[in-house]
Amino acid sequence: MHNIAVIGDKDSIYGFAAVGLATFAVETKHEAAEKINELRSGSFAVIYITEWLAEELSDLLSKLDGEQIPAIVPIPGISGNTGIGIARVKQSVEKAVGSDIIFNN
Amino acid sequence: MAAINVNPTRMELTRLKKRLVTARRGHKLLKDKRDELMRQFLDLVRENKVLRERVEYGIAEANKSFVVARSVMQDETIDTALLLPSYQMSLEVGTKNVMSVDIPTFKAKGKSAGASDIFSYSFAFTSGDLDSAVEELSGLLPEMIRLAEAEKSAQMLAAEIEKTRRRVNALEHVMIPQYEQTIKMIAMKLEENERSATARLMKVKDMMLEKVMEAKKSS
Repeated sequence: MHNIAVIGDKDSIYGFAAVGLATFAVETKHEAAEKINELRSGSFAVIYITEWLAEELSDLLSKLDGEQIPAIVPIPGISGNTGIGIARVKQSVEKAVGSDIIFNN
Repeated sequence: MAAINVNPTRMELTRLKKRLVTARRGHKLLKDKRDELMRQFLDLVRENKVLRERVEYGIAEANKSFVVARSVMQDETIDTALLLPSYQMSLEVGTKNVMSVDIPTFKAKGKSAGASDIFSYSFAFTSGDLDSAVEELSGLLPEMIRLAEAEKSAQMLAAEIEKTRRRVNALEHVMIPQYEQTIKMIAMKLEENERSATARLMKVKDMMLEKVMEAKKSS
């Protein structure tokens, strides 16, 4: 049995606690990176992370892309959508196809 | 394309011919694998795009409701209302094999969206905006889980497609031409050897005939 975690600044994530997800409020990207490493060894299968953190930690995230779990998914925080989530999908299309054929219209 | 540096012998020739057959077969199989992976990947990534747009929109909406709730309620009240959830969401993780790539599947175990007791607080001290925010978020949860699944699968398939494509290209543009060239080279060398052997034999025969003629003449 696995759990779902949400990592981000407190204002962006406190709502998820109400729907039964484990929330972890972090302030800096170092804290977030430590938290991710900690959660990886735990029983967390999905980790949602706010977009600005995902942007800061893109190296770590792309390293974890090849592993089956955890799935780390960027979600928009309270400050709005930075577009990194869609950019990551775009990236995988470019990796597979060679050029972006889904988003260019 | 340079040929491989091998001894031009018959044994080497048979060996190379066998390897060429294997390489062609592998090339065909890998090409098929790549095409099927690509088909699955494109389906998945389209779904991924739609889901992501919906989830991002939904979270933005829920955040708006939370901001409104926060503006009419005290922080302490909100914290006490939300920080002790009435249930814990958990996931059942399985794997699905798509063209020998093990992609994860997530199945939510917990309360379904729209259940009346999703709220972890009583309604007496909280604003209605908080209710709608929590409801929006819990309605979004199945899509968020599906998004995690689709996005992870898309990433894994993309990596596998890249690998397979590189293999197909290596076979098609390096290995197979190399084998063909080497086989041609060996065949030519062998033919050349044969011709020179024949020429030598003819020369020897001529020399022997000449000797016999001379012996006859002198006797």
